[in-house]
Amino acid sequence: MSSTTNSPTHHTSTIGSIGTPSRRNTELALLVFAVAIPVFAYANVGLAINDEVPSGLLAYGLGLGLLAGVGHLVVRKFAPYADPLLLPLATLLNGLGLVVIWRLDQSKLLQSIKQAGTAAPRQLMYTAMGIALFIAVLIFLKDHRVLQRYTYISMVGALFLLLLPLVPGLGQNIYGAKIWISVAGFSIQPGEFAKIVLAIFFAGYLMVKRDALALASRRFMGLYLPRGRDLGPILVVWAISILILVFETDLGTSLLFFGMFVIMLYVATERTSWIVFGLLMSAAGAVGVASFEPHIQQRVDAWLDPMKEYTLSRQGIPGHSEQAMQALWAFGSGGTLGTGLGQGHSDLIRFAANSDFILATFGEELGLAGIMAILLIYGLIVERGVRTALAARDPFGKLLAIGLSGAFALQVFVVAGGVMGLIPLTGMTMPFLAYGGSSVIANWALVGILIRISDTARRPAPAPATNPDAEMTQVVRPS
Amino acid sequence: MSELTLTVMRLGFLAVLWLFVIVAVQVIRSDLFGTRVTQRSAQRAGRRDAGRPQQQTAARQAPPPQRQQPAGGRQRRNAPTKLVVTEGTLTGTTVALQGQTITLGRAHDSTIVLDDDYASSRHARIYPDRDGQWIVEDLGSTNGTYLDRTRLTTPTPIPLGAPIRIGKTVIELRK
Repeated sequence: MSSTTNSPTHHTSTIGSIGTPSRRNTELALLVFAVAIPVFAYANVGLAINDEVPSGLLAYGLGLGLLAGVGHLVVRKFAPYADPLLLPLATLLNGLGLVVIWRLDQSKLLQSIKQAGTAAPRQLMYTAMGIALFIAVLIFLKDHRVLQRYTYISMVGALFLLLLPLVPGLGQNIYGAKIWISVAGFSIQPGEFAKIVLAIFFAGYLMVKRDALALASRRFMGLYLPRGRDLGPILVVWAISILILVFETDLGTSLLFFGMFVIMLYVATERTSWIVFGLLMSAAGAVGVASFEPHIQQRVDAWLDPMKEYTLSRQGIPGHSEQAMQALWAFGSGGTLGTGLGQGHSDLIRFAANSDFILATFGEELGLAGIMAILLIYGLIVERGVRTALAARDPFGKLLAIGLSGAFALQVFVVAGGVMGLIPLTGMTMPFLAYGGSSVIANWALVGILIRISDTARRPAPAPATNPDAEMTQVVRPS
Repeated sequence: MSELTLTVMRLGFLAVLWLFVIVAVQVIRSDLFGTRVTQRSAQRAGRRDAGRPQQQTAARQAPPPQRQQPAGGRQRRNAPTKLVVTEGTLTGTTVALQGQTITLGRAHDSTIVLDDDYASSRHARIYPDRDGQWIVEDLGSTNGTYLDRTRLTTPTPIPLGAPIRIGKTVIELRK
């Protein structure tokens, strides 16, 4: 029928159904772009610091290109309909992070206090491990709904990971926060991995319970108040995040988990009241704990008056740090267009200049224009995650994608806000940019899961199966 | 390294970074649409010989698996060739009937995406049965699909020119 009819000529427009295109070539083109930008940055840093194109330029470019290329081929093979932007955006951030870590390695000041020097090669190794995990996720996780089976195992696993730093002998207290463990000479931040496992648990749990949480409620002053017994889960998660705050003294981890739960609860139930409750509870918890926990107290003081903290640190009083003030100065001296890569003085931040505070280096050397671009790239990753959640057809995939991208967004907010002095400083790291194995590896796994969900969501729906009973059914024709 | 070169590199790098962001946003923009609308003017007769309708060649990659009519299928007389939207926001839009299933609804991957508060996300579908008779089936929509004045409860054959109403949208099959 199709090939013999005369196509009409008089209508205005025609809709042809097209399947979501696979967009793999778009991804490849963006990926080439995303590898070229860090190579440019690398050459720029070398020219600015040593007056010559760095000798490792080719090796670095090829290394990053090879990792990204392998990632792309695996996506092409195992997730052909996945979102075309997630991989290039993550690659670009990771590549820029590597360049700036290498740039801070060149700083004599940081070398002298053993804060940098050989960080970049290690970070490249972590990146390779991260991409290996990304590939493993895509190959072995054929369907994200499999994760739903492990809802309660995930809960146990996440609690285990969160409690690991408290185990005597295993946990490490680094600069006041107990969020690291030490295994075979490596420092691992289990919280980064717990983030993903916990998202799986929340998604599986809320998918089952969301009706009870959404429907059984009373209306009061424009808000839906949940029943007392339905408050149980949020109270438990709140209590756990408060315990993290008290025992691990890390505001960031605590905020991240509670925030992720509230976001997922809101998405699952469509009740604004959960957000109001969540904000009130986290504010009450944070203020309550800060009133008696000296480490948190100090972070809050440093946030309220960084200059005083700086002066105290200058006077040599232990327990104080000039980081926060130096970071603000770094942003200030960057101005609108920045000082240029390799030409700033953000190494004055000293401690954690290439991990927690790496954003300050970007702020100084790329200026407001650069930092806005970086934040937009983070925003685009989150947007793609939310878009994936919107397109996902199964509620578990929706919730998981929202949870993961929500956690990612919260982490960026908590770290960037801390470095810029908007909220008290926490011990988390900027995803992909900052130096640190756990963060890079865990976030590549997170991107891997998002790509898997987006592949399932964007795969063209199979044509409706022909009904086997169709021939036998008598079609009733209304007369 | 001279001051000038470094300044040029600094500004050049920012420009390249922003170019990437803009390109990424453009990709998102091209990603938003699930169906492609082709404005047709003159017919190019040569295209039809390939057996592929024009709007399918315009489709980028991976056209969805199509249920083609069996090659020896009896050619019905008075078989409709196109579906026309006669009322609603999409008035004037047509879809050539080529043996494929046409889905209607608010879901972004529907063949005809209805921007209508009264339509469900997967509202109805129109498909040919084995004889080439076009059937409309309501997919459990909230507000129902009407053929003439009757609300559909079962898959029903569509007479030529009979109005099918979904919310504010009315479509009909024409020769």
